[in-house]
Amino acid sequence: MQNGSVYVSMRDITKTFGNVVATDKMNLDVAEGEIHALLGENGAGKSTLMNMLSGIYIPDSGHIFIGGKEVKFSSPRDAINAGVGMIHQHFKLVDVLTALENILLGKRKGFLLNKKQHYHEVRKIMEQFHLEVDLKKYIYDMSVGEKQNLEILKTLYRGARILILDEPTAVLTPQETVVLFKIMRRMKEQGCSVIFISHKMNEVMEIADRITVLRKGKTIATLNKAETNPEELTELMVGRPIDLSINRIERVTDKRVLKVRDLRAVNEEGVEVLKGLNFDICAGEILGVAGIAGSGQKELCEALAGLYPVKEGEILFKGENLVGKTPKEFITRGISMSFIPEDRLGMGLVASMDMVDNILLKQYHHTKGFLKKKPAAAKAEEIIKKLDVQTPGIHHPIKNLSGGNIQKVLLGRELDSHPELLITAYPVRGLDINTCLRIYDILNEEKKKGVAILYIAEDLDSLLGLSDRIMVISNGEITGIVDARKATKEQLGAMMLGKKEEEYAV
Amino acid sequence: MQFRVVKKPEISQKQYFLIMLAAITLALLTSGLFILLLGFNPLGVYASMIQGAFGSAYRIEQTIVAAVPLIIISLGVAIAFKMKFWNIGGEGQVIMGAFFASFLALNYQHLSRPLLLLLMVVAGFIGGALWGLIPAFLKAKWDTNETIVTLMLNYIALKWVTYLQYGPWKDPASLGFPKIANFTENAILPKLFGVHIGWVIALILVVIMYIFMNYSKKGFEIAVLGESINTARYAGINIFRTILFTMFLSGGLCGLAGMIQASAVINTLSVEVAGGVGFTAIITAWLGALKPHWIVVVSVLFAAMVQGGSYIQTAFGISAASASIIQAMILFFVLGSDFFTKYKVVIGSSLPADRKGAK
Repeated sequence: MQNGSVYVSMRDITKTFGNVVATDKMNLDVAEGEIHALLGENGAGKSTLMNMLSGIYIPDSGHIFIGGKEVKFSSPRDAINAGVGMIHQHFKLVDVLTALENILLGKRKGFLLNKKQHYHEVRKIMEQFHLEVDLKKYIYDMSVGEKQNLEILKTLYRGARILILDEPTAVLTPQETVVLFKIMRRMKEQGCSVIFISHKMNEVMEIADRITVLRKGKTIATLNKAETNPEELTELMVGRPIDLSINRIERVTDKRVLKVRDLRAVNEEGVEVLKGLNFDICAGEILGVAGIAGSGQKELCEALAGLYPVKEGEILFKGENLVGKTPKEFITRGISMSFIPEDRLGMGLVASMDMVDNILLKQYHHTKGFLKKKPAAAKAEEIIKKLDVQTPGIHHPIKNLSGGNIQKVLLGRELDSHPELLITAYPVRGLDINTCLRIYDILNEEKKKGVAILYIAEDLDSLLGLSDRIMVISNGEITGIVDARKATKEQLGAMMLGKKEEEYAV
Repeated sequence: MQFRVVKKPEISQKQYFLIMLAAITLALLTSGLFILLLGFNPLGVYASMIQGAFGSAYRIEQTIVAAVPLIIISLGVAIAFKMKFWNIGGEGQVIMGAFFASFLALNYQHLSRPLLLLLMVVAGFIGGALWGLIPAFLKAKWDTNETIVTLMLNYIALKWVTYLQYGPWKDPASLGFPKIANFTENAILPKLFGVHIGWVIALILVVIMYIFMNYSKKGFEIAVLGESINTARYAGINIFRTILFTMFLSGGLCGLAGMIQASAVINTLSVEVAGGVGFTAIITAWLGALKPHWIVVVSVLFAAMVQGGSYIQTAFGISAASASIIQAMILFFVLGSDFFTKYKVVIGSSLPADRKGAK
């Protein structure tokens, strides 16, 4: 099929939420048989724009044309009928059904299901697009990569010619990403339009034909990949030139602050989620933790903060076993945890309260009698200055701040308690490049002071750049601890999938 | 032509009051139409509602008497609501508080008045508190649904008092009439400025609860727990104990209101002791935005509306049902206006007309 004819066209699309303009007269043209990347920082309006193309949001104003005809979607069903399918970051699959049953879900025509006939139809599509999915497998048995393939298949089966993938690689290992890219190329060959949302520059450069850069709700430029480079794209995305390198400073001491021995924990269903972990962290060291989402990172964090019941094993903090102590006792010993969950606010902060009350949360235990708000207010001002938090004031509910600023508040408060062990999970989740770099700097400053840091992250680049050593966990087990200076992404990827590293580098 | 609901940005205090004012105006206009249909002059009816609530010293006293339990119970449920523990068992906690207090009133009449009353206050508080602890324990331990449990406990409390009233506690001197004996003089709360001193207790509690909710560590913990259990755990708050403590306090306040009603208003224990005020207090607590000082204002206005509503029945011969409709309309508009503080309705097509023409 010929590349070049405009298939999807979005013109002057505006959408506001309250007083926030999410997309301001945005324009986007996607051709048939092309992979079009949408590049932009968080809050640039990528997802909002795509949600309007897939019928989830209705634009306040503007026009959408598909194949030259204007369309108006009032529900995702309208969009599907017009051939638009979106693969969300969070899969919409029913766990207890098989792959085939999930594909057939929501088909409205007819009362009885002729599974056999549908099976053959689905097989045909799989062959056409070179998709590998075991149709009889149950969702709960599937890996993230398999689920994503299934989502793609489901969307294609419903007749999608325009596929939107919302940050599809965020949850994948490097190996799974390679497979995904193959599928995307095949879709392109078959004449589909693929829209790929991402903020990972290397992936965009690898797969996209054209790239549209968005910034703060506006379309900045559409470029052919062949005629641009990462530096230019970053500059367009951020609005000014920027140095992307991460500094690593050398570890200062060999004093072991934390020793974890044979740590085991089971979840509510009785499944073992931490399977005998052994590792140490030294003062002034950043130990990175890599792993596919849900490999036990959250449980490890919570166990080390006294929030998750430990079944067996020891958490030796400066020689003292902390297993069985209350979270309060963990805090008083100088262990601080900041876990940035997907919704950012779920743990650590109270959304509807202001900065002062949120800072009070870590302090009020130490005061006697009534709450003392004044010192907390002073701390709030200090954090605003130190971390450059953008907020109308210390008495503004933090839920109204942007994600990056919320994370700064959380990190600022945790650092303020002068911990000896800082556990930080996904501290840059969803942040723009500038804020990311600022947070890496902050972690390095703490490291210099001799704080032991456990740094859990999704992004392998930052893990390789920032950590001294990287511990890889897979399915609740440590598959290896490697020197971050020598490790490669492929090596980490294989270990994330469960391949054991033969020798543990210390 | 289409309607869409769009979320509004945060509104200012002033806008909030304007919306409220609009709601009340609309409520008065609409119920005015209703009153016209009944064949009366709306302005006259409204004027006499105000008269009925505040027109004389006696009527003011009656309005205050009606407001006192509302205030105290609202404070009680508000602290539970702050924790997002949906205590709709105020009614049952009132009844159990009244029951505990009545037990002392009926069996320890020989004690001196101050001592007996003090013991009754403590007993009333504990009665309600224990009744509140049941759903709290079940929730904290097994994560049961507190809405169902507190609601069901209301009926258990009510049936328990019915049993007492028709059975073991029936007054032999009442000639077979199912009634519990009246309290003796020393089990009845004294009056101050014409109204039983429950109003003094209510005002003191308002001040205490204001300080508790805004400046105490426990109050802070309750608010944090209400917003996010994970955050509360993370901050080292003992969730089990906090839930139990909060409901002990919440139920206790309701129980105290029960003691006041039994002692000062009906002078005995009966199935009528709560009379739905435990449910009404949920509305006043919400309208008062769970803030003690606003709860006082809302409770007094609510009591005035009810008093005025019953006055127009005698003054104009408006039926009780019609009076209820007027009250309901006012409430409907005020509660409904809450929607407009958060959302606005956009009328019209999603595309401006001039753009369509241009294409």
